[in-house]
Amino acid sequence: MKLLKYFSVFAVALLFSCSSDDDTPIQINETEDLIFVQEIQNETHTITIFTEDGSLKQGYNKIYFQIKDGDDFINNAEVSWMPVMHMTAMSHSGPHSEINKKANAETLYEGYIIFQMAQNDSEYWELSFNYNVEGAEYVAKDIIEVTPTDKNRVSVFTGNDDTRYIAALIEPDSPKVAVNDITVAIHKMENMMSFPIVNDYQLKIDPRMPSMGNHSSPNNEDLLQSDSDNLYHGKLSLTMTGYWKINLQLIDESGEVLKGEEVTETNESSSIYFEIEF
Amino acid sequence: MEKYIYFGLMFLLTFGIKAQEEQKEVKQDSLIVPEELVEIILIGKNSNKHHYENKSLATIETYLEEANSVDFIKRGAYAWEPMIQGMASERSVVTIDGMRIYGACTDKMDPITSYVEISNLSKAEIKKGQAGAENGATIGGAIDLERQKSEYENSGWSGNAQSGIESINEQKILGAALQYTSNKVFADVDLMYRDAENYSAAGNEEILYSQFTKYNFSVVTGYQIEQNKSIEASFIFDEANDVGYPALPMDVSLARAYIGSLEYISNPEDEFYKEWKTKIYYNDVTHIMDDSQRPDVPIRMDMPGWSKTTGMYSKLKGNFENHSWDLSVNGHFNNSLAEMTMFPEDPNENDMFMLTWPDVNTIYTGLFAKDQYLINEDFSAEISLGMGVHNNNIQDEFGLESLRIFYPEMEDSKTRFLLNTGAQISYSTHPWTLGLGLGYGERAPSVSEAYGFYLFNSFDAFDYIGNPNMVNEKSLEMNVSTRYEHKSFSFSVNSAFYHISDYIIGKPDPDLSPMNIGINGVKVYEQLPYAQLWSNDLSINYTFLKDFTAKAKAVYRIGRDNENSNLPLIQPLTFEAGLRYRKNAFYAEAILESATKQFDYSPEFGENQTPAYSVFNLALSQIFYINAQKMILKVGGENLFDEYYSTYSDWNNIPRPGRNLYANVIYNF
Repeated sequence: MKLLKYFSVFAVALLFSCSSDDDTPIQINETEDLIFVQEIQNETHTITIFTEDGSLKQGYNKIYFQIKDGDDFINNAEVSWMPVMHMTAMSHSGPHSEINKKANAETLYEGYIIFQMAQNDSEYWELSFNYNVEGAEYVAKDIIEVTPTDKNRVSVFTGNDDTRYIAALIEPDSPKVAVNDITVAIHKMENMMSFPIVNDYQLKIDPRMPSMGNHSSPNNEDLLQSDSDNLYHGKLSLTMTGYWKINLQLIDESGEVLKGEEVTETNESSSIYFEIEF
Repeated sequence: MEKYIYFGLMFLLTFGIKAQEEQKEVKQDSLIVPEELVEIILIGKNSNKHHYENKSLATIETYLEEANSVDFIKRGAYAWEPMIQGMASERSVVTIDGMRIYGACTDKMDPITSYVEISNLSKAEIKKGQAGAENGATIGGAIDLERQKSEYENSGWSGNAQSGIESINEQKILGAALQYTSNKVFADVDLMYRDAENYSAAGNEEILYSQFTKYNFSVVTGYQIEQNKSIEASFIFDEANDVGYPALPMDVSLARAYIGSLEYISNPEDEFYKEWKTKIYYNDVTHIMDDSQRPDVPIRMDMPGWSKTTGMYSKLKGNFENHSWDLSVNGHFNNSLAEMTMFPEDPNENDMFMLTWPDVNTIYTGLFAKDQYLINEDFSAEISLGMGVHNNNIQDEFGLESLRIFYPEMEDSKTRFLLNTGAQISYSTHPWTLGLGLGYGERAPSVSEAYGFYLFNSFDAFDYIGNPNMVNEKSLEMNVSTRYEHKSFSFSVNSAFYHISDYIIGKPDPDLSPMNIGINGVKVYEQLPYAQLWSNDLSINYTFLKDFTAKAKAVYRIGRDNENSNLPLIQPLTFEAGLRYRKNAFYAEAILESATKQFDYSPEFGENQTPAYSVFNLALSQIFYINAQKMILKVGGENLFDEYYSTYSDWNNIPRPGRNLYANVIYNF
């Protein structure tokens, strides 16, 4: 009798665990390494936004989201998005990627947005999604919170060609005392709302430690554009932990320096740079 | 008394069985007993050891410097780094009772010699070149520091108390030793304390950051299991605090070592061997460098280091007809880790951290065999062969990735095979002895040479980066020696030539940016096609009017790289001459030390020309007997004419102490 009771409890437990597996396995698996940021809703759908650290920051942000109709995931939407900064005198957008389904994911969409600036008391970012589900068009938008970073992860500048550029540091996300992969997205400002990627440029790097007499590291590789993701990739050596200033020079396809100066004995730093501290 | 060998210089030819016989007959007091390739500094048995040294509580370095083949790199008043035949730590092996110990300091501020006190040392055996390969692969040679231990004799308790003062640095020395011996057990316990303030160079110039405090505790115990079989346990605790290094930008707040061993000794009478010793040992060294005492530094930093070594050896000795042979296996396992943390001026910035030694394991297993063959009355020969397998293995991923910044392809493990072999022939016809030897030896790069990461050298003001891709350094050596000994006169000349291929040295890499602030640049270890070292020394000893002994010695070395440029830290022509008078319980000695101007120096290494100097020392000693007890009083003066000088091996030309008066009292009971 006791044995039977035991078995029945076991069977019920098994049943429950099975049923829960059937219901929400995808949600658990697909967002388990991500942290919830916020929801944006319209009458029909809820868009749930995630990032790796649960926030949106000045600079490059890899953003994931799911679209839900009640409890059901919408897995076949065609989505585009538009971040807009509402400043006191004007509004502008920022560089943003196209949206794709995350590889091997059922419910998760992904893309990146580079926020050139953080919000402040009077200025804020708004994110709108335009999407199509089985022929029907929808819009969802809301204000998002974009916090400032204490280290410079994005550089906005005007080059010699009178074009405005935005370079944002993507990797290393967790820098190490090693040769790190460095990845940067470089966009230019075509107009207030359009920020295409620039092609075939080169980004020179010179990592320095101002606290160590501007110590530099060996075997860095300048960043070149990759065909696969259109981002710029190179190698960044960091010889110790601490605060590093990654001095930059942007070079166009003809080899002309558009912005940034070489670091020398007399010139401690370039006018454009990223900062890394670990 | 006469049968003990003490101060001064005494030369005798000893080979094999003959050696043991002769050594017992030595009638003259001699501190140094040179064979062709060996210099032995006998400090003697505890009860007698204190009389014949001109300064009985001197540091161990002072004693070892008596040997022509040994000299020291001095970075302050404490823990000098020994060089054998002009070759420093990387090219030599220093052991305590055969135990391998690796320093924990990336700047070589904790040489092995700093872990033994003179009061517990009984002898130092200095083997030159390949004669020193028994305890590990070497190029320049080896020093084995043999500690004081009693025998199984039924003499109960004895002991002594020692005290000393020195004027130059207000050094206070206190020591006590206690022995107990019976037919079954013995125990030797020794405690020594030294506390010194800054010393002054000539003209009362205070040398800041030259203070130190040191405690040393040593115990050796033995138990005789049965006739000719015994076990011994030994332990050393050594701690130095607040050690200043005036030649360096940093000091040492703690240098601590625990050194322990257990040994089984068998001396059978009916076996093919006559002695079999097997030892296991462990030591643990901590070394903490910081600049907290320095008022003005570009950046504050801490540099702690740790080294742990476990090892064993098993040594057999025997005689067979005219052969006297040694056979041994030894192995050790070391882990070395050192890190550096720098504190930025802006307190909101993160600390800067790196591994300067990337948690490296070194595993060495070696086999060594030696045979001394007495061919006939005049000729004898000795051959030795050592083989070892050496493996380095980086344990820490952080350290490995750091080094891969420089060497992207490097592996975390590297294994080498090391060969060391030597042959020596000796011809003896009274009063002359002639010796001729050849040797070939290999060594692996040291942890710093292979894996060091931004190690600052304050001599040339370069950061040094290790190079894991180097091959073994190889040395071909040739030595000749001659000795003349007749009645009370003796004379000897030794000359050794080393042709070292793939010579490891740091070379500037202008593409690299230094890490330390405001320095000259970065050097990376690399290998010269070859370098050559020629080491020469001469000794004369003459006893006259029964109680007087005159002695003199001279040392000259020359070191050149493949482009005929000078190697760094090579001894210029250095002399010493002394006169000693001894009668009964009284003893006096006057010594003149002198060196010529350093003609051959290496500006590339930051050296400049060291001027000539002469220093005059005087020592007086008297024994007082009070019943069965004995008190030895010694007073003396060093650098009596207050000469302002530094030697070629004073790091950054830090001046040596000026006039120093000292007094040592030893009370035996």
